[in-house]
Amino acid sequence: MGAFGLTLEDVGILWFTVRVALLAVALLVVPGVALGWLLARKDFRGKALVETLAALPLVMPPVATGLLLLKLLGRRGPFGRLWQSLFAADLAFTWRAVVAAMMVMSLPLLVRSARVAFEEVSPRLEAIARTLGAGEARVFGTVTLPLAMRGIVAGLLLAFARALGEFGATILVAGNIPGRTTTLATGIYGYVQLGQDDRAFRLLAASVAIAFFAVLLGETWLRRRRR
Amino acid sequence: MSLVLEGVRAPLGPFTLAVDAAATARVTAVFGPSGAGKTSLLEIVAGLRRPAEGRVVLNGRMLDDAAAGLHLSPRLRRVGYVSQDDTLFPHLPVDRNLGYARGASPAALARVADVLELPPLLHRMPGSLSGGERRRVALGRALLASPEILLLDEPLTGLDAPLKERVLAHLLRIRGEFAVPMLYVSHSPDEVIALADRVLVVERGSIALQGAPGEVFERSAEPGYTVRPHGTSAPD
Repeated sequence: MGAFGLTLEDVGILWFTVRVALLAVALLVVPGVALGWLLARKDFRGKALVETLAALPLVMPPVATGLLLLKLLGRRGPFGRLWQSLFAADLAFTWRAVVAAMMVMSLPLLVRSARVAFEEVSPRLEAIARTLGAGEARVFGTVTLPLAMRGIVAGLLLAFARALGEFGATILVAGNIPGRTTTLATGIYGYVQLGQDDRAFRLLAASVAIAFFAVLLGETWLRRRRR
Repeated sequence: MSLVLEGVRAPLGPFTLAVDAAATARVTAVFGPSGAGKTSLLEIVAGLRRPAEGRVVLNGRMLDDAAAGLHLSPRLRRVGYVSQDDTLFPHLPVDRNLGYARGASPAALARVADVLELPPLLHRMPGSLSGGERRRVALGRALLASPEILLLDEPLTGLDAPLKERVLAHLLRIRGEFAVPMLYVSHSPDEVIALADRVLVVERGSIALQGAPGEVFERSAEPGYTVRPHGTSAPD
């Protein structure tokens, strides 16, 4: 028994969940921010389609998204096969599938926040930076990105929170395999199913603690940036 | 220096901006009522607005040639644009706003800051500055990009009278100390007379009149927005 009466196994689940959620968000940073910027600043053919696809996981039942992911990542799915031929390993029902489920479910939240953040940066300021001799990369790095940073960080926080709590898609595509794919959410569900309510409640307490610290950290950072 | 606008045309909603003009003076004022197209004219020179027709040539360099499809990026134009709205980078302190242009050396920054009386403000954030202070920082920032021409869009508008005097004094110092020609948009005859060597009067997108400020304005007229052409000089 460790702190808060958590067993070693509970701590393992907690640590696993935080790690995969962080990894999922880290893998999303670049594509999510890029997509947000693209939707905020560029007009291109098929923009409406990209917008819809990026928002879809938000409106679809997570379990349905999970089923779709299972078809794609499974042994006979296109991504599953590709991964098998490249790395001789499975995607579905491994920790990688947990990461994939978290990424898909969190992406819309990050893209949305980033997009709104970029839309709020005045194109006028970017134009002025150009008249001062700055190229596109410098304008983005010194004006656009810093001014959008608050919204982007808020989006990352949301995405992380969504990833931590991901259940529906995860349970379908990664299952609830103790020691391998069990996260806080699927763990709680599994323990309740088995009638081990005390273990479920310990995981619940751990979830609350993580959520609390993540939100506290994020809010503190945002307040500090507020000049 | 010479800025030449040849057959420049740009649709502006209710009318079309149509300008043929050359600005060769140290300070050329663009004068006219609100909505006459003065700001659009500056934006075209700055490269923020693309003319539908015509050519813009700065010191022999082609900035725009609509017929040839040429539209030089604002980055490469070497024009300093100080717009009417507040365009200081809100996340950078004054010194980093001033030094934003790559070519701005610390020595140049110190000199410009001196002339514009900015040293006490260098570590402040733009959000904490007054309107007049912001204008001065924006002016300094544009100057420090070593532009071939400064484009100033009503730099005194919205300031109260004493502040106007002070910023005007700074503009006069810039005119004296830095060899940077200016295109100065204004709707105040007093400012034009105080600063400009030459004035282009713009009305509904076209140049209605041009000449020395003394010729163009009847100095005895009450100060205001009305242009009172002297004699009968026809617009050219």
